Amino acid sequence: MYGNHDTETALVPDEGDSERQAEFDALIADDQRIEPRDWMPDAYRRTLIRQVAQHAHSEIIGMQPEGNWITRAPSLRRKAILIAKVQDEGGHGLYLYSACETLGVDREDLLDRLHGGRQKYSSIFNYPALTWADVGAIGWLVDGAAIMNQVALCRCSYGPYARAMIRICKEESFHQRQGFEILHTLAHGTPAQKEMAQDAVNRFWAPALMMFGPPDDASPHSAQSMAWGIKRFSNDELRQRFVDMSVPQAEVLGLSLPDPDLRWNDERGHYDSGELDWDEFARVISGDGPCNAQRMSRRIRAHEDGAWVREAAQAYAAKQAARTLEVAAS
Amino acid sequence: MTQTPQNPAPNPAAGNGSDRRGWPLWEVFVRARRGLAHQHVGSLHAPDAALALQNARDIYTRRSEGVSIWVVPSSAIVASSPQEKDSFFDPALDKAYRHPTFYDIPEGVEHL
Repeated sequence: MYGNHDTETALVPDEGDSERQAEFDALIADDQRIEPRDWMPDAYRRTLIRQVAQHAHSEIIGMQPEGNWITRAPSLRRKAILIAKVQDEGGHGLYLYSACETLGVDREDLLDRLHGGRQKYSSIFNYPALTWADVGAIGWLVDGAAIMNQVALCRCSYGPYARAMIRICKEESFHQRQGFEILHTLAHGTPAQKEMAQDAVNRFWAPALMMFGPPDDASPHSAQSMAWGIKRFSNDELRQRFVDMSVPQAEVLGLSLPDPDLRWNDERGHYDSGELDWDEFARVISGDGPCNAQRMSRRIRAHEDGAWVREAAQAYAAKQAARTLEVAAS
Repeated sequence: MTQTPQNPAPNPAAGNGSDRRGWPLWEVFVRARRGLAHQHVGSLHAPDAALALQNARDIYTRRSEGVSIWVVPSSAIVASSPQEKDSFFDPALDKAYRHPTFYDIPEGVEHL
């Protein structure tokens, strides 16, 4: 609720910028939140639009790998849970698109940019969900890594983004737990089930760690985002926390993590872990992952197949509005 | 000082049937439980009020977060300008006597 819809005008720099810049800097220094109708530097707005849109796109593309398993869930209980989870991901996308629009962009433009490949989504969703255990690994590791990132974003300097993150974090913890429960059940089942769980963890562990983004020394925008209070912790810090948190959880599952270099470092008080394959990350991000083409074509098809629904709703609204006018005139 | 909304009020009848860009934006307010005021939770797009309410239910109350929802066309909201916040709110700043802590009360006086 920001009123007056004048964010467009705020996109045009004007003469009073240095004074407004000082006010903006003071708010950031004071750990206050920036709200939609406040003046903000162009680069701050652009950075947020890119990040929030990419986040929103990730939520709705993220519906696909798991949505694929709804019809094959092993029980009615699992199916009902999975439907609720996939619906949540859609909802999270909508919270984030709504937050992004407060920055003065149009929802349809954001979708156009996704469909045209001009905006990205998280690389993790370009990996396939091959078995039911993958649904568990996605919940435990992918949602777990997402929560680690998102809890930090609840304190982001941009108010609407931080508020959306708070809602999302509340809902995500169910996602991570249901994933853990799936893996725990499989890991304590038959040898074949345990093997399936281990295989899923083997495939998802490294891609989940890459969700935190490139190492700090190779992350060009990080320093500025930290200075603006958009990011509160560096990529490597969050990745380390996630590793430290996951190792004992894997022990409870009775599954191993696929990294021969993973061991406790007493001196650092953290787990050491092996190098990640950042060439693979770059390839997947730039479109050459196992499922990029499939994810995009399904997304675009869903949007096109839904056109008649949007048109019907629009036509109905127009008809009702015309009737209201007629009644008022008679 | 308030500003006049620059966008016209949503008029679904004016949209052309195939263009979703015509769908207006609605702000959503949810009453979490009886006794509390409605609170702003976010926004959504919908062609009319009935669908806005239905979408608001699906998007913002999947976990019984509310017992009542308001949807308001975003363009109907008139907001104070952040640029004028100092002068706009200034009249309240120098009237400390509006707060009970302004007054000196002798020790020992109760129920005051």
